[in-house]
Amino acid sequence: MVLKRILATLFVTLWSVFVMLPLLWALVTSFKPPEAVNRGATYIPFLEFQPVLTGWSNIFGGGGATTNLVPPLLNSMIITFGAAAISLVLGTITSYGLSRFIYKAGFIKNQDIIFFFISQRIMPPIVLSFPFFLMLRTLGLLDSRTGLILVSIAGLMPIVVWLMVDFFNGIPKELDEMAMLEGYSPIQVFARVILPLAAPGLTVAGMFAVIFGWNDFFYPLVLTFGQVVTLPVAILSLNATVTPFWTLSAAAIFAILPLIIFAFAMERFLSKGSLSGAVR
Amino acid sequence: MPGLITLIAIIIFPLFFTVALTFSNWSVANAGFDWVGGRNWSAMANNDRFWASMFRLIPLSFLTVAIQYILGFGIALLAWQGIAAKRFFRVLWLIPMMTTPVVMSVVWKSIFNETVGPVNDILLALGLEPVAWLSSSSPAMFAIILAEVWQWTPFMFLLLLAGLLSLPKEPFLAAAIDGAGPIRTFLKVTLPMMAPVSIGAIIIRLIEASKIFDTVYAMTNGGPGSSTETPTYYIYLTGLRNFDLANGATLSITYLLVFIALLTIIGKVLGRLSRPKGV
Repeated sequence: MVLKRILATLFVTLWSVFVMLPLLWALVTSFKPPEAVNRGATYIPFLEFQPVLTGWSNIFGGGGATTNLVPPLLNSMIITFGAAAISLVLGTITSYGLSRFIYKAGFIKNQDIIFFFISQRIMPPIVLSFPFFLMLRTLGLLDSRTGLILVSIAGLMPIVVWLMVDFFNGIPKELDEMAMLEGYSPIQVFARVILPLAAPGLTVAGMFAVIFGWNDFFYPLVLTFGQVVTLPVAILSLNATVTPFWTLSAAAIFAILPLIIFAFAMERFLSKGSLSGAVR
Repeated sequence: MPGLITLIAIIIFPLFFTVALTFSNWSVANAGFDWVGGRNWSAMANNDRFWASMFRLIPLSFLTVAIQYILGFGIALLAWQGIAAKRFFRVLWLIPMMTTPVVMSVVWKSIFNETVGPVNDILLALGLEPVAWLSSSSPAMFAIILAEVWQWTPFMFLLLLAGLLSLPKEPFLAAAIDGAGPIRTFLKVTLPMMAPVSIGAIIIRLIEASKIFDTVYAMTNGGPGSSTETPTYYIYLTGLRNFDLANGATLSITYLLVFIALLTIIGKVLGRLSRPKGV
């Protein structure tokens, strides 16, 4: 038993170290002066090198650098939150319908419609990138925020539907019926009774939509050419030139930090949301 | 249902459009639907570089998913048995999943850098030969697999932990009363009961892993040569970098068909394997 415990602790420790190492490496490198990077690998600040802010000032246009990651950050935020919000609204309405009403079109039933939504997560984006490219060009939306938001919805809404159908199925139908007896219209039932109850589910669905939207790289790469640059694309263009690892690391930390903060913030809200649901 | 209409508009229509593209001659110089019959399709069948990239998915996706599954299951078991139930660890282990894959690939690229990266530095310190990580083919493959394992094992962990937490207690009590040891309990009770969740998790990850693009794009650009190219990356080069849209579309439809066929087979096989024997 003692041996098992030691082995388990060892495994847990090794795994935690493995998880942390790349992040720590990026964090440490972002404070290195250029010499400390180019001389060979250095690890410990203050002992092996004096930490400086060169990398961090470079990503905000300092030090004669042409890079400024603030506009890409804003683009990423607008596109991610725009697409996530639209997907959440459309997806929630759709899931409620799929969970409460029976649709039939020939042999197609609710289950088939739900599977159709989920199957869109399976679709490789490369297959859709060709028509998206030509469609957006026809509409004049290539290299625009609106275009990217439209395309992102196709990827994010299936996640919302997938999670929310299950969630709505978990809310007893009797609640709807009781509210109807009280004289609520179906829309009032949805807005006043079901939506408040679905808050925890909505939070999770929204969180996933934001994570996937933020981390998407493929569509921005294919469908934009410099007018609208999202954060991942901007960082990749740093990589293309003679790689200044200090700037690159600062940029990497800068790009993943918002989501980590967001996740921690949402996590607290999440446990509160599920708690209030349980009390009711 | 406005959602359904939106999705049909942005998914189904494009899909038919892509199929139509495969019979055309569409490129930047020549935009429009000129019917060229099956020319693109026969070009696809003879495209060795494309098929090589398809076969490359066997190590890239099957191996990575296998590693992710074993590691993820291990960690989930530990978390489940309360050995690592500390909330801090759970949150820590989920962080990789939330980081942007392409950004982390850039960080991995710096880690595997041949002259200034820490991996070769440590190898040298241990008295070993430094490895040309990203400019020779097998090490590059290894680096990509490692980055993928780092990024997505937490996802496996999350799904498997959720599965473990929903298992009933009784079979474990029965096993304990019968005097089964921990290994026997795992093999005869935990593993069979986790089969449905495991299959779900493995299939979701296989789907995602066969679309692998970000890591390859950022770490190796498909190189050295074309030795780490994946189908997505090669189709991207053909259709959207060189703007040979018709050929790219043909390759992408082929990829989609093979992808769906393989997934169906794998799903069926895994489903049969997991069915309890003799019941």
